[in-house]
Amino acid sequence: MKPFMLLGMLAVLPAQAATIAMEDQSQLQSAAAQGQIAQFQPPQESELPDNAYGTLVRQGYALFVDTKRLAPEFVGNGLNCSHCHLDQGRLANSAPLWAAYPMYPAYRKKNDKVNTFAERLQGCFQFSMNGGNPPAADSPEITALSVYAYWLASKAPLGVELPGRGYPDVAQPAKGYDLGQGAQVYQGQCAVCHGAEGQGQKVGDSYVMPPLWGKDSYNWGAGMHRINTAASFIKHNMPLGKGGSLSDQQVWDVAAYVNSHERPQDPRLVEGSVEKTRLKFHANDGVNLYGQTVDGVLIGQGIR
Amino acid sequence: MMSLERMLMGSALLLLLGNANALDGKKIFTEGGSLPGAMPCAACHGADGMGMAAAGIPRLAGLPAAYVSKQLEDFKNASRASTVMRPVAIALTEAEMDAVSQAVAAMPAPLPAPAYRSEMPTDAAQKLALQGAWERQIPACVSCHGPAGVGVGGAFPPLAGQPAAYLAAQLVAWQSGTRRNDPNDLMGHIAKSLTAEEVQEVARYFAALSPEAKP
Repeated sequence: MKPFMLLGMLAVLPAQAATIAMEDQSQLQSAAAQGQIAQFQPPQESELPDNAYGTLVRQGYALFVDTKRLAPEFVGNGLNCSHCHLDQGRLANSAPLWAAYPMYPAYRKKNDKVNTFAERLQGCFQFSMNGGNPPAADSPEITALSVYAYWLASKAPLGVELPGRGYPDVAQPAKGYDLGQGAQVYQGQCAVCHGAEGQGQKVGDSYVMPPLWGKDSYNWGAGMHRINTAASFIKHNMPLGKGGSLSDQQVWDVAAYVNSHERPQDPRLVEGSVEKTRLKFHANDGVNLYGQTVDGVLIGQGIR
Repeated sequence: MMSLERMLMGSALLLLLGNANALDGKKIFTEGGSLPGAMPCAACHGADGMGMAAAGIPRLAGLPAAYVSKQLEDFKNASRASTVMRPVAIALTEAEMDAVSQAVAAMPAPLPAPAYRSEMPTDAAQKLALQGAWERQIPACVSCHGPAGVGVGGAFPPLAGQPAAYLAAQLVAWQSGTRRNDPNDLMGHIAKSLTAEEVQEVARYFAALSPEAKP
């Protein structure tokens, strides 16, 4: 297989700084994500009060771990929130809710405005869940999920970036990444759960192991479509229960391999043009293959 | 374009597979294989393949064929140690292994009542099963073995309704290294992180998930 290397691809693209009103506060660089700093401890479920608030937290929990079944009108693929936020949104370095909630409202480059936490959740539905029109900010779904996140963040400092937030960055290796090597990592480490074709595995109608590409996976607008984001997620969290076992090179290779496959179109598609969409939304969004041509095939055409 | 050589090889393979399928797997299950020592499965696992809970002998009925044939291979190569199963596996031909695995997979199997992840755990065993213990890098059992432990694909066998003694014995075997036939040590490293009490509790939890007979 012909190796595909990212060689200064970003450097040759026109800088888009002029269109950015301010620094993206939603993607803050983490200084000490894995240090010896005491980890924030979210509250235990056994501590939940038996009242209206406790009930809403439980509803949020249910939605978070069983999203596709409980909110099918807002989930266009086969995913649950907990597929990418492990341990019910509690696990450090797995984009835990307790670290996200206290950081909003925040400016997001993605939509060039200050987003409330509710708007951030709507973004998850629109992109990661490929859900079309997201639930309204005051809908039962957004309310329950917000209350669940707020509860997990109980006693967390407001506006302070906690260690374990997001998926701490794994820098791109000096050699870049290689799709052929990524395919080998995938077949050796990932396929046993996610399937040889990235199709995931189901019991009944529900995915147990999520699909990584294809129509039931995250769309081309989701943060996970960035190779750097997927590499960081994989580094800290995959294979399940064996986080940290793959090398930086392996996680970049396999993240690029996964994100070189087709998935639902970016819902922000500009005038039906992958190239226009690439220029507007992907050219300055980390490392990604959207709108690139790999082995003669245009990536980002979308799949239904 | 497919070369003539490849086509011939493909045809030969198909013939071989055809032969394997032609073997009566059900007969091997009830009467044993062609070679001495290939004891009938039914002798211990029961005529219906439902196992014997009191003796810690697992159900085979309805297990995925790929899983069963891999276990037989692994008994043979001792990556899954068993003084009882090793001689049986050695005495089975490859074709017989394949046939009996298919037959076992086709046997009617019980299904536990549907379960959903949205159910919040109420005790320690349920918490381990549904959520795991991530402070020790232990994922939820159901995140691989499926809701209610019904099993997922060919690599993650059902846990629901298997004898508690069997489930606990397997976890202990992984801890001690006498069973090490899981893909990428996915189960081994988890088992090694479990306490003796957790092994018993979680085995009892899955054993107790009430199976319902398939119609």
